[in-house]
Amino acid sequence: MITMEHVCKSYKVAKRNAGLREACKAFFRRKTEIIQALDDINFTILDGEIVGYIGPNGAGKSSTIKILSGILTPESGVCKVDGRIPWKNRMEHVKNIGVVFGQRSQLWWDVPVIDSFELLKDIYSIPTSTYQESLDELTQLLNLQELLKTPTRQLSLGQRMRCEIAASLLHQPKILFLDEPTIGLDAVSKLAVREFVKDINRKRNTTVILTTHDMQDIEALASRIILIGKGRILLDGTIADMRLEIEKDNPLHNQQDNPLSLEQVTARLYEKLDIV
Amino acid sequence: MKKYISFFKMRFYAGLQYRQATLGAIIVQLPWGLLECLAFHTFQKVNPQAFPMEFSAVAAYIWLKQAFFVLFSVWGNVDQDVFDMILKGDVAYELCRPVSIYKMWFARISAIRLAGAALRFLPVLAAASLLPKPLRFLPPQNIFVFFIFVVTMLLGVGVTVAFCMLVYITAFYTISPQGIRLFLMSVVEFLSGSIVPIPFMPDTVKNIVEWLPFAGMMNVPFRVYSGDLIGMEMYKAMGLQIFWLFVMAAAGMVLCNKAERRMTIQGG
Repeated sequence: MITMEHVCKSYKVAKRNAGLREACKAFFRRKTEIIQALDDINFTILDGEIVGYIGPNGAGKSSTIKILSGILTPESGVCKVDGRIPWKNRMEHVKNIGVVFGQRSQLWWDVPVIDSFELLKDIYSIPTSTYQESLDELTQLLNLQELLKTPTRQLSLGQRMRCEIAASLLHQPKILFLDEPTIGLDAVSKLAVREFVKDINRKRNTTVILTTHDMQDIEALASRIILIGKGRILLDGTIADMRLEIEKDNPLHNQQDNPLSLEQVTARLYEKLDIV
Repeated sequence: MKKYISFFKMRFYAGLQYRQATLGAIIVQLPWGLLECLAFHTFQKVNPQAFPMEFSAVAAYIWLKQAFFVLFSVWGNVDQDVFDMILKGDVAYELCRPVSIYKMWFARISAIRLAGAALRFLPVLAAASLLPKPLRFLPPQNIFVFFIFVVTMLLGVGVTVAFCMLVYITAFYTISPQGIRLFLMSVVEFLSGSIVPIPFMPDTVKNIVEWLPFAGMMNVPFRVYSGDLIGMEMYKAMGLQIFWLFVMAAAGMVLCNKAERRMTIQGG
């Protein structure tokens, strides 16, 4: 179970105007601005849920994921993941979570994928039997047979992403954080990733927290949506709740022959909430 | 501990894939060593009394330095990947694993260095053993000397890596670590005895430099090998190696822990 209560986090951002004069001035006196990235965040996520965590760029999604995975310390508030405070005991905490950052790579780029996997086995101290079972299952579900012997650097993005996801699940974590896992993927790879996430959630009852801008990901996977904007949680519910929120103001949408796509609903909602 | 050894092994095996490096080593390291040997030979001819080491010891020092260049070089063997990990934020993944960043990177840097050296040292030393007499690379006097040589080599690598770790960690604290890196590394190159062996320095300078951690890098093993560093002086030097290794590793771990806590991974 994951709980966040009154979590706040702010960043200091250096600011200056363009030009030599401004640059010289900034050399002596830095102007900084405090940006409130997270402002009193509260939610509870139960075991086995798939939660879509959405919001426009800069809303605080990644900050939340970083706090939950123990690599960022908030200024205030309580955050517990299965009874542990993520940043207090990082080593203990990360043994039980899996993380995929779609825009970064966790595989060692110059060695075959299987070498990276073997190393992760030792890093997480996975017993050989568990590892083998996990590897067989993931290889089959993600169709990795052909990829395992290839060095990471020579994989295509879709192939690499499948390997990245497998890498984060070898140690059979109870919680999986997916930060834009389908970014840049083609249709086939996207579908494969979605199908796999559903499978793993069903089979292992893994809790999945998914941040993405791809609303089809959300539609395919998430049974619950948490919408964040300007550091605050603005909606916690289902896709139907999102539609309802829009239709409240403009009931006509309901009667139209072609209802708004989910993408449009999201965009309208962002505009309505003034968080773009 | 096992995870760090596995990581070491993986990096070491990956490092052994660089075949051209072996060829490159012979092409670069041999003529350079030869030039250095000839330069010192000329110094010795001009004023043999002022020469603080046996010439054979100087030759051995130079050839070992050429053969194990990647092991001890502080500027010529920078692991750009580590800097990139810090500057671009991929360190986030390292933090999402149950590992100590310090130990992990220590294993990584040692492995890359040892793999590089394993590929290069044999051809260089073999070729140097075939040279005519004053320049020739000679075998160690006895098995005990060789044993101490191996021990001090390992300690020397430890000291070198512990120092490099400190430089890498500065990347956590500054936006661009280039400046501090260039400055530190050129100073250290001199203080470690890479440009001229420490015995050639003026007495006042030498007396200070000998106590610094940098003297524990290549200076100790290379002089042990040729019998230039023996007896009490040798044990003192070994003691200093161990002392600096612990001090720098401890400092590195503390700084690394601090950096982990105040770190912000920027961007999505």
